[in-house]
Amino acid sequence: MRLTRLSLSFFIALTVNQSLVFASPLVDQQQIYAFYQTVFPQLPFKDYADGVYAIDADAKTSWLAINEFPPYEFELEEGKALFQKAFNNGKHYADCFSNEGIAIAQLYPQWNIKTQSITTLATAINDCRIVNHAEPLKFAEDEITKITAYMAYTSRGQKINTVIPSDPAALTAYELGKTYFYQRRGQLNFSCASCHVQNAGKFIRSEILSPALGHTTHWPAYRLKTGKLGSLHRRFIVCNTLIRAPIDKAQSPALRQLEFFLSNMSNGLTLNGPSVRK
Amino acid sequence: MLTARRHFIKQILAISSYAAGLSFSHLSLADWVSSHFQKQALKDSFNQIFPEQTLQTSDRIYLKLPKTAENGSVVPITITSTIPNVDTIYIFSEKNPVPLVAQFSIDPDLETYLGARFKMQETCDVIVVLKASDEYYQARQRVKVTLGGCGG
Amino acid sequence: MSTIKIRSKQFPDYTLVRVLVAHPMETGRNKNEDTDELIPAHFIQTLTFKHNGKVLSQCQMGYGISKNPFFSYKIKTAKAGDMVSISWQDNLNYSDTLEHII
Repeated sequence: MRLTRLSLSFFIALTVNQSLVFASPLVDQQQIYAFYQTVFPQLPFKDYADGVYAIDADAKTSWLAINEFPPYEFELEEGKALFQKAFNNGKHYADCFSNEGIAIAQLYPQWNIKTQSITTLATAINDCRIVNHAEPLKFAEDEITKITAYMAYTSRGQKINTVIPSDPAALTAYELGKTYFYQRRGQLNFSCASCHVQNAGKFIRSEILSPALGHTTHWPAYRLKTGKLGSLHRRFIVCNTLIRAPIDKAQSPALRQLEFFLSNMSNGLTLNGPSVRK
Repeated sequence: MLTARRHFIKQILAISSYAAGLSFSHLSLADWVSSHFQKQALKDSFNQIFPEQTLQTSDRIYLKLPKTAENGSVVPITITSTIPNVDTIYIFSEKNPVPLVAQFSIDPDLETYLGARFKMQETCDVIVVLKASDEYYQARQRVKVTLGGCGG
Repeated sequence: MSTIKIRSKQFPDYTLVRVLVAHPMETGRNKNEDTDELIPAHFIQTLTFKHNGKVLSQCQMGYGISKNPFFSYKIKTAKAGDMVSISWQDNLNYSDTLEHII
């Protein structure tokens, strides 16, 4: 079904203004994919997992060259060691996760029925630490990012599987994430959608804007600019900083809801983190 | 960031104090020719490194480079050549403060093939010079380095 | 943990050797964001690639090589069981070395 940009914008505006009666994560995913197909008619669904490299051939040649021996290998190695290290009580991260924490990143973020909130891989790592009497890690610092890098690495090839149960609270959380995504903010008055939906594939100065579909496949990302791995939430914060919007902290409810929304959008895409970005 | 650097230096100190004890003598095999790595214009760099030499433009040197560097901090290059007996490869980035990026001796047991990643300050030519049988050959390719966007 | 990673892959006519080194390759022109002070230059100056103890390539580099330097080579004559090594030294006199069996 082909949707014009105009009709989709109208539909989005309509949906966001409606109550959650119409909230349907699956329909949202289908519609946004249908929209992106009008922008990138030749692009197969699975290629969205490569982000901007799926739509910028020249940048892709550099990216592939760097992927031959990616510079995040050192941090990844550290992440593996951190993941395997026992807590003081002798337990391990493997004891907290299904399948001993291997190849399970695609299950996050997930709705936690008990706490009635969204658990991301990062918060799950800290939950594990707390249960085992270890100090929780700061989300903005490197240690937790390295651990998620290792867990993402073991999850390569898995398909994103964000489940949003029909629990009204879960749907509300999803809807809040969706609202965040489409809501204009900051001095520059952009929403995430301004760049990553309405202008996906176009240039902003010298860069091509990536579509939001596929945004959650490749984290953490080693940025050539910073020379180190950074998390998805760090990227949200950088984007908000650039549009001069108030900052929501890493793993805050707002950003977890945003991740929940984006991850649902990318359901079915293959995980390929950690990854290199410019 | 400072913490990361301190950590790295601690790591390096730990490694080098071990390595230094074992094999320091091997490592001063060749002195670093600091004069090659001075801040100067490209033509001065050429005059200094290749005094009174002609750098013949050759179509037998193949440079794999992006048209546009996504990030000037990491530009991947692959160099191959069908010129026989290459013994040295030089990589220059024309407008870098220090135009000579690196030079590599190449033993006959190696193919004339080299991969590396280097920094480019701005849009300019990347020039690769090969020395083979006491002759010098060059090839160059322009790479665009853009600034700004939303990568931040 | 070593600062050096070496990977090799055999092809019919050559052995591809790829090297990644953990090193800041600091130019000395960047400022520390917090203190606003210049971060001192800290970069590898020489890197030596050997095969069975013989030097195949000696690299002299400046801070124009990217952070976490990468190099790749093709050896004509190597075979499984051979040893290759990478050694580096930087401007602050730190160094490291690693051997790898093909």
